[in-house]
Amino acid sequence: MHGLFNRSVQCFIQDTYGASTWAAIVREARLGEHGYEPMLTAPPGLTTILIDASHRVLGHPRETILEDLGTYLASHANMTVVRRLLRFGGADYLGFLYSLRDVRERARLAVDDFNLPSMDLSEQGDGEYRLTCLALIPGIGYVVMGLLRAMADDYGALVFLDFFGEFDGAEVISIRLVDGSHAAGNPFDLALRAG
Amino acid sequence: MDLGTPIHLIPAALDRLMPLHLRVDPAGRILSIGPTMAKIVPDGSLIGADFLQVFVVRRLTRLTTLCELRRHLGDELHISMQGSAPTGTFRGLAVPLHEDQGLLINLSFGIGVIAAVREHALTHADFAPTDLAVEMLYVVEAKSALMGAWKDATFREQGAKRAAEEQALTDVLTGLRNRRALDLAMADLTRSGESFGLMHIDLDFFKQVNDTHGHAAGDHVLRVVASVLSSETRSSDTVARVGGDEFVIALPGMVDVGQLATIARRIIDRMTQPIDFEGNTCRISASIGVTLSTFYSPALAEQMQADADEALYASKRGGRAQASFHAPGERLAGIHAKTG
Repeated sequence: MHGLFNRSVQCFIQDTYGASTWAAIVREARLGEHGYEPMLTAPPGLTTILIDASHRVLGHPRETILEDLGTYLASHANMTVVRRLLRFGGADYLGFLYSLRDVRERARLAVDDFNLPSMDLSEQGDGEYRLTCLALIPGIGYVVMGLLRAMADDYGALVFLDFFGEFDGAEVISIRLVDGSHAAGNPFDLALRAG
Repeated sequence: MDLGTPIHLIPAALDRLMPLHLRVDPAGRILSIGPTMAKIVPDGSLIGADFLQVFVVRRLTRLTTLCELRRHLGDELHISMQGSAPTGTFRGLAVPLHEDQGLLINLSFGIGVIAAVREHALTHADFAPTDLAVEMLYVVEAKSALMGAWKDATFREQGAKRAAEEQALTDVLTGLRNRRALDLAMADLTRSGESFGLMHIDLDFFKQVNDTHGHAAGDHVLRVVASVLSSETRSSDTVARVGGDEFVIALPGMVDVGQLATIARRIIDRMTQPIDFEGNTCRISASIGVTLSTFYSPALAEQMQADADEALYASKRGGRAQASFHAPGERLAGIHAKTG
């Protein structure tokens, strides 16, 4: 399991609830003083341990924490790099949804040992789509749902999202794309401005 | 040669396939351009212009005539706009159109894609979906973000190391206690009110050892000094290296001037023994300043260290290799009792 997963949880908790809450969660998770190094591989299950500890410390349901984590990753000012990398996926929200099928390979282009869950998009007709995520981490579907919600805002698209269920170790999200250009959305430049 | 059946493409299809193309008539004039090329040169000045005049086309040397260009149909070309920056070089390919209708020239940004995207505010729509330019931008950005993350990781490691060093109580080179340990020991002693002697030692001629025999010799000398100081003191004493060649010893319960003078004398005697290092003889000595907590009421760590330091400099002024005691009540007068 790549340390970047755990790093995401840490940044989310620290930026949302403060460093002292993160310290309380690390204590609760009994990781010891040093925890982990995000750029290295962490033992499998650590992310789940962190989420469980967050659930106990914050008192929020796991699903809420996971979905907030996804929203954070795609929208927080400290995470603009994630938002930008996702925006490379497509010129509009539908293009972005299509690009999720490649997101695992894209991520590995950058970090060859970073295994995102593989995702598959299917069309149900009438602007309805289903996104199937292989559940590397239980509840990953909620993270993806939070991410999809934040990216819809970013693209200015109007969507309805629902956690459809778990099937055979995969988590499925249903997506209804009502309007791809509902609002102006945030600007995106393919190349970062210099400086 | 059978050239096969000609393929007819409507301009819209050509624009989608090759948004950076130019179509040139048999005389070398630009007939039409793709939408991304139109975005780069939006004033319409390209249409009707002489292709080889507005563009610098190079194979190895510049191709200035249509005849020369025709010899390199199908070859990789380097193409830039007349007067543009070197980063604005396209990679290009020219092929003949059916029935001598001229040439089709397709361009790509090549390595300069990032600069081009920035300069011309290009978007996804300006590239054909088959073009990997966007993937290249993605990888470049992901990699630079990762470089940042690695730097953070390095900082974290350095920070952890620094924190560990700050927590440490031992001088890495000599194995003696460090300044932090001394401060803690002094704080304990002054807080508990236990009387103690304080000895500040500075090596004489240490700089010469370093300068003459090198830092390895200097380090060796410091280790020898450390072992002398340890063997001349009790395990309950705190022996600390507090600077390059400065040492402080706190001696709990030791407030007899005579006994302290004896200890100081023994230390100086042993320090003045030549020290061998890889066939070289290193010679140093030591100057010592001493004060006693019983001189003060109450004993303050900072004041005692300042007085021991002042007594030390009296020893230096007095010709080195000697110990001086702080004289209570006459500190400003600078009167010191010499030993030996």
